[in-house]
Amino acid sequence: MKYVLQRLAFYAVTAWAAITINFLIPRLMPGDPVEALMSRYQGQLDTGAIASLKALFGLDENQSLWSQYTGYWSSLLDGDLGLSFTYFPTPVGEVLSDALPWTLALVGITTLISFLLGTGIGVYSGWRRGSWLDGLLPVTTFISSVPYFWLGLIAIALFAVKWPLFPFEGGYDSSLVPAFDWPFISSALYHGVLPGITIVLSAVAGWILGMRNMMVTVSSEDYVMVAQAKGLSERRVMFSYAARNAVLPNISGFALSLGFIVSGTLLVEMVFNYPGIGFRLLQAVGAKDYPLMQGVFLIITLSVLAANLLADMAYALLDPRTRKEA
Amino acid sequence: MTAEPILTISGLDVDYGTGASGVRALRNIDLTLHRGEVLGLAGESGSGKSTLAYAVTRLLSPPGVITGGDVHYHRPGGGTIDILALSPEQLRAFRWQELSIVFQGAMNSLNPVHTVHSQLTDVLTAHRPGMRAAERTARAEELLSLVGISTDRLAAYPHQLSGGMRQRVMIAMALALEPEIVIMDEPTTALDVVMQRQILRTLVELRERLSFSVVFITHDISLLIEFSDRIAIMYGGRIVEQAGATEIYRDPRHPYSEGLLHSFPALHGPRRELTGIPGSPPHLSAMPTGCAFHPRCAKAFEPCATRVPVLAAPDADQDREVACWLHR
Ligand SMILES: Nc1ncnc2c1ncn2[C@@H]1O[C@H](COP(=O)(O)OP(=O)(O)OP(=O)(O)O)[C@@H](O)[C@H]1O
Ligand SMILES: [Mg+2]
Repeated sequence: MKYVLQRLAFYAVTAWAAITINFLIPRLMPGDPVEALMSRYQGQLDTGAIASLKALFGLDENQSLWSQYTGYWSSLLDGDLGLSFTYFPTPVGEVLSDALPWTLALVGITTLISFLLGTGIGVYSGWRRGSWLDGLLPVTTFISSVPYFWLGLIAIALFAVKWPLFPFEGGYDSSLVPAFDWPFISSALYHGVLPGITIVLSAVAGWILGMRNMMVTVSSEDYVMVAQAKGLSERRVMFSYAARNAVLPNISGFALSLGFIVSGTLLVEMVFNYPGIGFRLLQAVGAKDYPLMQGVFLIITLSVLAANLLADMAYALLDPRTRKEA
Repeated sequence: MTAEPILTISGLDVDYGTGASGVRALRNIDLTLHRGEVLGLAGESGSGKSTLAYAVTRLLSPPGVITGGDVHYHRPGGGTIDILALSPEQLRAFRWQELSIVFQGAMNSLNPVHTVHSQLTDVLTAHRPGMRAAERTARAEELLSLVGISTDRLAAYPHQLSGGMRQRVMIAMALALEPEIVIMDEPTTALDVVMQRQILRTLVELRERLSFSVVFITHDISLLIEFSDRIAIMYGGRIVEQAGATEIYRDPRHPYSEGLLHSFPALHGPRRELTGIPGSPPHLSAMPTGCAFHPRCAKAFEPCATRVPVLAAPDADQDREVACWLHR
């Protein structure tokens, strides 16, 4: 318990530092970005947007840095991240909360699937070296070495254009209104198949290789030999002794990869025009939509931190050696 | 001492690797363990002691392969089991139930992520399917107190135990199913002398109480002299001498046994001069011809370099064997 509190405190401090840096960076930018933006938008920016920009870049001369900082925190805690230009006048918070579920569902589920599938295959192929599963390794490794961009385009070219089995872009049929009903959900699932499969294909090899190598290493540990000498069933030796210990590095790898769901989704959403966070970031960068970019960065930072925290907790739960005596 | 055998090893050959890169780790091992005795197995590092222990329990991991010979287990009630011919299922049932093993470097023999309790009881779950959880826990407590560890350590993880305690836990675990044979591969070498003595004392007591047979492997022959009944001495993958512990101590026949005796201080009895053995043990891939020991042997003479001496009784009706041309 003490350990958990210590870690929580550590991450709280880190989060505070990250948010503070997020606050400072636009204020340290040289020149007058607001003027530049206003001229770029040729006077089409409305006064509300200009105000939110000025606040963002700290150009509100009437306020000290400290009062800007406290103001930043209070609006952050209210969930107020300013207004987006690209979706003007939608607040950034709203743009993000619309996009986040798409990313979380697509990349979250596929990350989980690749982890489970890859770890499972890794356990078996590491335990029974030389079985047919080993034949899978070069194939998956080859696929994972193909840049994701290519893989996605090939998948689209084959399964959406040549044989139009799946839609080639979007998160759902644009004729539908987003709602929690079957037509919409099934359309969302259908649109998720192709990006989902490509993500799993490109990620699974890493999990297989990692798990297989750990299984091979752990299999030669003395305690695995002891378990065998004890006449335990093969399942028990394989899972409770070998895999149980071999999975530890993969577990923390998995928790960390959860943190990269949000940041790593850019390419996928670019290729498939998927309405998630990565796509929004792309738009924000293209339109110099600083408030939206900042919001996305904030989410990425927080999700990486949360994933690290999760990794720590999972490790403490699974490996008694890291648990500190209270 | 009863002469009833419980484990007979005959003509056992073990190779590491096959073909050109293969080396012969054990050659033509003949060894018998009798019921209730402590058989000491001594020899320098690399002489094949652990390999023998693994081969007997069929735990050799690749590239180790048994290329010849037999290992038979004689059931106390009568009946003989050919260990090398057991099916995987039969082997699982045989292991730990009849023969358990305390591994060299028992420090790493415990799984770091499971509690002592779980590692003591899973062997009961596997071999005693009818046993209830409460009975298993009771047995685990009993085992811990047997080796002098307080029962509240059951919930501990291995890293929370001292080296000596881990060693004791391994011994307790080896006794969990009351096996007939316990093989101990250098169970105490990683510990300080005081702890070694303590554990050995526990072991001797337990053996008297539970009457199992022990194969005790060590390179410290003085330890064996003290508390084993018979000693077999290995060199370069062969057994070069075997005899009662006192015979070996008083009257070693093989020059290598003599050398070994002079490499360790005896704990009791008259002081001997420590001389050691000149040179170092041969590498498996460059085993000398003839008697493998001849390049280091002060008494080597004409046949030693060319012909391999067989293990045989040196004098007519003695209960000892030696493989040396001096005694032909
Ligand atoms: N996996 C392996 N591959 C090749 N050779 C091996 C392997 N394991 C052991 N050997 C060789 O077999 C020989 C016997 O090794 P073994 O471990 O049985 O020696 P030991 O008598 O137990 O030594 P120690 O006292 O150091 O434990 C050594 O020469 C060693 O190099
Ligand atoms: Mg050894």
